[in-house]
Amino acid sequence: MGEPSTSSEKPKYWRTPLDIDKLQMPKGKVFIIKERCKGCGFCVEYCPRDVLELSYEFNSKGYHYPYPKNEEACVNCKLCDMLCPEFAIYTVDATKEKKTEVEKVGN
Amino acid sequence: METESGVLTGEHFLSGNEAFGEGALAAGCRFFAGYPITPSTEVAEHMAERLPQVGGIFIQMEDELASMNALLGAAWAGQKAMTATSGPGFSLMMENLGLGVVTETPCVIVNVQRGGPSTGLPTLVGQADMMQAKWGSHGPYEIIALSPSSPQECFDFTVKAFNLAEQYRTPVLVMGDEVVGHMTERVVIPPADKIERTPRRTPRVPPEKYLPYEPDPDGVPQMALAGQGYKMHITGLTHDRRGYPVISEEAQADMIGRLVEKIRKNREKITEYEEESCEDADVIVCSYGISARTSQLAIENARAEGIKVGVFRLIVVWPFPESKIDELAGKTKGFVVPEINCGQISLEVERCAHGKAKTILVPHAGGGTHNPDNILEAIRRAAA
Amino acid sequence: MIQQQESTIVEHHPMDVLLRQDRIPHIWCSGCGLGTSLTAFINAVRDCGIPLEKISVVSGIGCTGRVAGYLNLDSFHTTHGRALPFAVGLHLGNPSLKVIVFSGDGDLISIGGNHFIHTARKNMDITVICVNNFNYGMTGGQGAPTTPLGSRSTTTPYGNFEFPFNIPHLAAASGATYVARWTALDTRRLKNSMQEAILRRGFSVVEVISPCPTLFGRLNRLGTGLDMMKSYQENSVIRHGADPASVAMGKDGKIIVGKFVDIERPTYLDMMKQALGGRFNIPIPERSVDKTEIPMDGE
Repeated sequence: MGEPSTSSEKPKYWRTPLDIDKLQMPKGKVFIIKERCKGCGFCVEYCPRDVLELSYEFNSKGYHYPYPKNEEACVNCKLCDMLCPEFAIYTVDATKEKKTEVEKVGN
Repeated sequence: METESGVLTGEHFLSGNEAFGEGALAAGCRFFAGYPITPSTEVAEHMAERLPQVGGIFIQMEDELASMNALLGAAWAGQKAMTATSGPGFSLMMENLGLGVVTETPCVIVNVQRGGPSTGLPTLVGQADMMQAKWGSHGPYEIIALSPSSPQECFDFTVKAFNLAEQYRTPVLVMGDEVVGHMTERVVIPPADKIERTPRRTPRVPPEKYLPYEPDPDGVPQMALAGQGYKMHITGLTHDRRGYPVISEEAQADMIGRLVEKIRKNREKITEYEEESCEDADVIVCSYGISARTSQLAIENARAEGIKVGVFRLIVVWPFPESKIDELAGKTKGFVVPEINCGQISLEVERCAHGKAKTILVPHAGGGTHNPDNILEAIRRAAA
Repeated sequence: MIQQQESTIVEHHPMDVLLRQDRIPHIWCSGCGLGTSLTAFINAVRDCGIPLEKISVVSGIGCTGRVAGYLNLDSFHTTHGRALPFAVGLHLGNPSLKVIVFSGDGDLISIGGNHFIHTARKNMDITVICVNNFNYGMTGGQGAPTTPLGSRSTTTPYGNFEFPFNIPHLAAASGATYVARWTALDTRRLKNSMQEAILRRGFSVVEVISPCPTLFGRLNRLGTGLDMMKSYQENSVIRHGADPASVAMGKDGKIIVGKFVDIERPTYLDMMKQALGGRFNIPIPERSVDKTEIPMDGE
């Protein structure tokens, strides 16, 4: 796995796009259905932004379920959603809300 | 005269195997999946020729396992479907006959019986699959089986089999035999509008209210078809009324209870037989299929000797006419059961006679029909 | 431990519309690749554009055989090995349906092997998703026709000495018109392949290499499901268009994945129409198909 990047880091580009000032990193929000989780760890291992960690707590089946330790870094790539064998995690696009806020500030 | 309905109305000179095919077409069958096997192959050949003419599909599958499954798939797609087989092919179909029973899938299987076991006598007659018809797939269930004695009955009973399959949502077996299958006789096919065709019992409720195994008052559930938006789940596992697998004693009791009861409760409506002079008979010859015809000379000769002989011929073999045999047992000295096996239906007759009348089996190992003298001899013994 | 936000915990998943929610959680073990394969499949079904009521899923027996029971589609859980002939009947009984068989390696290739080659030979317009976990999971880890040489199973306790099948080769040689293989980890490519396979006409096969940590993994000391996924990451090589004969598992430890075959050949019904259509009126409704390639990166 590559080095985890966090939200505090600046996004790295191979070349700086001309419209960098207009680009916005997508943002995601993580949702977890903790009772479905069987603790396989696929989502935690393969999250490219190192957003997730297994909880200390158990769910009622006795598995450690994930939680977003670093949700700020989520870019809504949905890999956790697609890898999860239990339909127990998904992300949604949270960029829009932010954009609206940005637009508001701009206004 | 061919009509749109696929009914070959008129008088024909047909073999039993051809008549099975024509009966299926007249009943609305538009899907046949099969595999060549003697002595039933002519049914497949006839359907390969006839089905395209009426807009249906014939497919030769890789084996009988596949044929049986293709029937079930086609039935869930909305088709009336049939296959025909013999001997080892019937054995191969047993696995998924069970799937048809447990998923309550209407379809018709013709078995043109030959001599067995194993490869046995491919070209010669047998009637030794009668108990296999009843018990051949594993597990507890009830089945419907008919037995034709002539090409005309091959036609009539195949139509009847399709209607029973739709009425009770179950695979129905037509237990022919090599002699009847290869016998060529006059077959009268009625006009299409005179042929009764039971339609599929499709759901009368919208998808959100539909339960695939919630029975109607007669014990039979409504059947949604693939592609209609009912999103049903159908499984060979023991299931609840939603169709979901439930591995428990209770679910098994509910499902098997209903599967068995839908046939047993309707037994009187399903059973069919032909009786002649049974009321005051000394001896009743109880038979079916070709053996019912070989018995005729023996019956005539016995009557000439002064023995009062009644004739009881099974049309529907399964479910067995238990109460009728019980009733007749109280009126006669004995039953004579000629069949081309070493004792199958005779056991049922004996069971249902409850010791009130003796049962004499006239066995035959297969490969030919009875010598009527052997049947006559048994009639004399029963009358004594 | 960081206190988690309550807003993160929810009750439902967006994919629930395609699941029989009253049957979830499913029976598959922790670390099993079947759930991930099903996720890819649901995404493929959702994006393929075919109305959901026109899709039927047929499974056989085994762990993978349970797939049909979790999908909120017309779904049929048939007997062991018989999903394909059942699917043939369903397809020919109503050709406007898209019929998909989702089953395991033992079900499709061993007990159902004869059905597999003949359905491919006839080029039935059916899609097969074959999840290969190299053993019989449901019955407790017995040897399968895919078990690699030397691998342990409960019926090969001294190591398997039977040559295994190479599923893409078998499919292609038998006449399949679309053949791909991915591991359960390649979830996006797997989803794209499934989607392509569903939209192609003809017999399409997608093999999914999937971890069975409880049995095959444990018996062969391969670690957890996650460990097995990591080994896929290390050992799989994408080779689109590779000769299916060259993609047997286990050669130099590599798992060759990719889209191997994507050709056109008339289907069973095309051939039937061609042979009989001039003489008879056999009504054969068409289903929607799409030949568009979905870009899948690779070499």
